[in-house]
Amino acid sequence: MRLNEEEKAMLAGEFGPLRQWAMDHQIKVGRYLGAKDMVPVLQAHVMADTESLGKAGVEWLEGWAKLPEKERLVRIPTITDPRGTDFAAANRLKQQSWMVDLERRAIDAFQSLGVLMTDTCINYQTIMPPVRGEHVAYGDTGVVIYSNSVCGARSNFEGGPSALSAGLTGRTPRYGFHLDQHRQATLVVNVNWTPRELNEWGALGAYVGKLAGDYWQVPAVVGIDHSPTSDEMKHFGAAMASFGSIALFHIVGVTPEAPMLTDVASNAASLRTYNVTEADVRGLQASYGGAIDKVDIVVFSAPQLSLVELRQISILLEGRKTQIPTLAITSPQVKPDADRMGITAKIEASGASVLSGMCFYQSYAREMAESNGWKRLATNSAKLTNILGGYGYTPALLSMEKCIDVACDGGRLSK
Amino acid sequence: MSDQIFYAKSGMGQKIVGQALVAKDGFSARYDLDRIKGVFSRPEHKLAGENYNGRILILDAAKGGVATAWMLYEMAARKIVPAALVLNAVNPIMVQGAALAGMTLLSGFDADITKSIANGANVEIEPNGDSPFIRVI
Repeated sequence: MRLNEEEKAMLAGEFGPLRQWAMDHQIKVGRYLGAKDMVPVLQAHVMADTESLGKAGVEWLEGWAKLPEKERLVRIPTITDPRGTDFAAANRLKQQSWMVDLERRAIDAFQSLGVLMTDTCINYQTIMPPVRGEHVAYGDTGVVIYSNSVCGARSNFEGGPSALSAGLTGRTPRYGFHLDQHRQATLVVNVNWTPRELNEWGALGAYVGKLAGDYWQVPAVVGIDHSPTSDEMKHFGAAMASFGSIALFHIVGVTPEAPMLTDVASNAASLRTYNVTEADVRGLQASYGGAIDKVDIVVFSAPQLSLVELRQISILLEGRKTQIPTLAITSPQVKPDADRMGITAKIEASGASVLSGMCFYQSYAREMAESNGWKRLATNSAKLTNILGGYGYTPALLSMEKCIDVACDGGRLSK
Repeated sequence: MSDQIFYAKSGMGQKIVGQALVAKDGFSARYDLDRIKGVFSRPEHKLAGENYNGRILILDAAKGGVATAWMLYEMAARKIVPAALVLNAVNPIMVQGAALAGMTLLSGFDADITKSIANGANVEIEPNGDSPFIRVI
């Protein structure tokens, strides 16, 4: 890789051992993935819940946090993905003290590095949405796919170590979706039906992600009949990224790089092409939860909820009581607004809980299942259904309205 | 399949010899594994119930989220970890995770590597040099 003088100096250790490690890490990744040089980035977003970090990862961070300030501070705005707990709710969730302690240690280490603890996977709705053409180094696949596709920003999936490296060096290897040629469509998906509910958007995203197949594929979706809302795009993208490891999609006539199909696919006729129907999407949705007639918990999470989603839940719960644990999980930026507007109080009056700063699957989901006896779960998040099977849950994918009905009917799933 | 050699587009890590655990399925440490027990735990995964510790995983494509970038390091620290990852298609997360963990990684083949090497085969991986490869021994 070509390095400029400053990058060479970082690699030589002239900016301290942490930036030296970061540059070395970025070069290893860049070489593997064919980067010719580095590209400056303006923001970084670090996924680092402690279930992923583990004790070893936290100790690794703590080692760097002891460096002198000028050697350890990030150079660009660097923010965080959800944490592994909502400290105010840890006891209620029956999370163990060692989990909470590990979270506190990780937070202390990140703060020593100058990282802003935003604890959110919806930073594109709440913190500082990237602008078209802006190069960023984002973690959380849902953040990356939304930023690339809806905002027209440029990021690869940057796992925690790489996003932190970008924060420290102010750059990232120039490969993948930083390059024009990788932003062209590689498959065309014609749809004859436009989803209405968030779970349907998620299910369509999941279906397209499975068709696409791997990270380097870019679907161009044709036939969506109106501009989706930010929340609809959020569920669509998060599910596509989860099911297919996809980082960029285009919706023709909607997303900024694809006013016309020819703008992202000059060779559209030669691309693999699929026709997706409502029945295909409903089939995928029905594949979750078909074997169960009751759930133990209802979860709204993954991605964290917007203020609009929380308000919808509060309206659906008005005058009702939940009979099983029901969690609505949002960001630390949205929660104060929900509190101030009385939305949190309305939701919690039903017996449901509003949590913030965490995300269900990033919060020791297996251990919470064991401690609380949660095995069967209903959610309107296609992404969550895809993840939780490996954690021992049997998930059902339902609409928000249906999830609320199930929560208020003792968890019974009507077929 | 002895003496078969398959060249990869990219590799990193150390030369290694071990027993292959092969399936035509994706890979994500978060989605697919019970990392405490060291087994594939996702019921739909073709390796569900299989122990991966010390095995050379040969799978189709990197899937899922970004957590694998930290998890490989954490798994290596506890010494319940695959010996190497061999994939038809990587995403950046696998590369980032392997780089942090010091794990051997190989990807990008002319043929479907999951169809080319039998489950349980003993293999050697040379991830370095101009022509990184995996070889059945």
